[in-house]
Amino acid sequence: MKNLTFDGLIEIINLKKFFGKTEVLKNINLSIEAGKVTAIVGPNGSGKTTLIKSVLGLVKPSSGMIEVDGENINNNFTYRNKIGYMPQIARYPENLTANELLSLVKQLRNSSDLNAGDLIKSFKLSDELEKPFKNLSGGTKQKVSATIAFAFNPKIYFLDEPTAGLDPVSSSFFKDLVLKEKQNKKTIVLTSHIMSEVQELADEIVFLLEGEIRFKGTIDSLLQNQKETKLERAIAELMNEAMP
Amino acid sequence: MKLMNKILRYEIHNTIRNKWVIIYAFFFFFVGYALFAFSGDVNKAYISLMNIVLIIIPIVSLIFGSIYLYNSREFVEMMLSQPIDRKSLFLGIYFGTTIPLSLSWAAGIFIPYLLFAKNYQQFDGLIMLIIIGTALSFVFTAIAFLISIRQDDKAKGLGFSLMIWLLLAVIYDGLILLVVYFFEDYPLEKVMIGLSITNPIDLARIIFLIKFNISALMGYTGAVFQNFFGSMLGIFISIFFLLIWIVVPIFLSTKSFSKKDF
Repeated sequence: MKNLTFDGLIEIINLKKFFGKTEVLKNINLSIEAGKVTAIVGPNGSGKTTLIKSVLGLVKPSSGMIEVDGENINNNFTYRNKIGYMPQIARYPENLTANELLSLVKQLRNSSDLNAGDLIKSFKLSDELEKPFKNLSGGTKQKVSATIAFAFNPKIYFLDEPTAGLDPVSSSFFKDLVLKEKQNKKTIVLTSHIMSEVQELADEIVFLLEGEIRFKGTIDSLLQNQKETKLERAIAELMNEAMP
Repeated sequence: MKLMNKILRYEIHNTIRNKWVIIYAFFFFFVGYALFAFSGDVNKAYISLMNIVLIIIPIVSLIFGSIYLYNSREFVEMMLSQPIDRKSLFLGIYFGTTIPLSLSWAAGIFIPYLLFAKNYQQFDGLIMLIIIGTALSFVFTAIAFLISIRQDDKAKGLGFSLMIWLLLAVIYDGLILLVVYFFEDYPLEKVMIGLSITNPIDLARIIFLIKFNISALMGYTGAVFQNFFGSMLGIFISIFFLLIWIVVPIFLSTKSFSKKDF
């Protein structure tokens, strides 16, 4: 076993995933650096969500190994105490309230350092906490997801297209939140189709195509490689090169 | 166990506020009210209620169970990203669905009994009816959950649930008749016993009819059970196989749930 010195490091070794006969992840080797923001980008169906879900334990790898903060995640669930996850789609039991859900997660995590209060205030959720989820809008549910992900002060964040359903005010507050956690040396992994957002937030880029990593490096090195100034163009070129 | 109880508490909160669960309770309340208040004879009310229980509870448990689990998919994903093991989560959701569902209909017939049954006669019959109906709720919710986990397509899953109900509640009786008709010259006792343990609805019917000694309504399999094993043993064997019908689907669906990709 390697000696992992970095807090919040994620190591993915020879990860393969088949859905039926389709190989969705083709021998992924990736180490996500601790204390940085890594953006996973790629076209729809390239395996971004499957990759994130494999690390979270939602998808069971066909082969390979994943270590989170030095722990092998196979047959392990306590490592998820270190992770805050914001899913792509937010849907919750329709008759529960946000308050009930928050206290359920609090109990599961056995966590006392609940800094939900500030988040609720900033997201203007106070009036929505006692309403059942069936009466909340998609954006409001997304804010509840963000609150749950950030409330427990985890070491590692997984944010799957986090700003997709948010209004501009909440979206910019959310980005500030990510930048603040970046300063706190948290490990943050996010996916997004909005390249300006990636450029604003991320240090590292992992470009995924058809289940393979085609590029990994800093945004600057990608821009230099592709001789572009805009990330969107550089990524589009990468895609065109890969799919002539 | 501790984690399961935490999930269970919240699931019960969620399910008990579900409008269909409330409608379900009212349905049994009105049926129970009509039967206890107007039939005059508690035993006759039980027989009518039993016929309703044997048809309604399996189909409601199957449909409600599969829709509930399909609609919980994103919630399951969210919960699985928290520090909880899959077994605790699954059993928490399962019992959090079946317990309110059972309480709902049991309260639905218990209240009219208290209000209208004369002198509270045959109380043990009511308890028997509630135990059998609850067992059926547990069996068919477990089957529904097993189907929803194995089949990602909601429409196919619901179709499959309906087919299972049709097979066990309707077609099965026809099959028994056919077997009896074509093989009437052969000793069929053991075959019949073998067939009835493949059908939890038939097992539930047998327990109830042996308990109330209603041979006229017992049907072929019930009569065979009583003659072959005698009353007490017949009831015990039926209860034993009904329990197997609960345990096996729960075991299989927990296993599938643990392996599933979300």
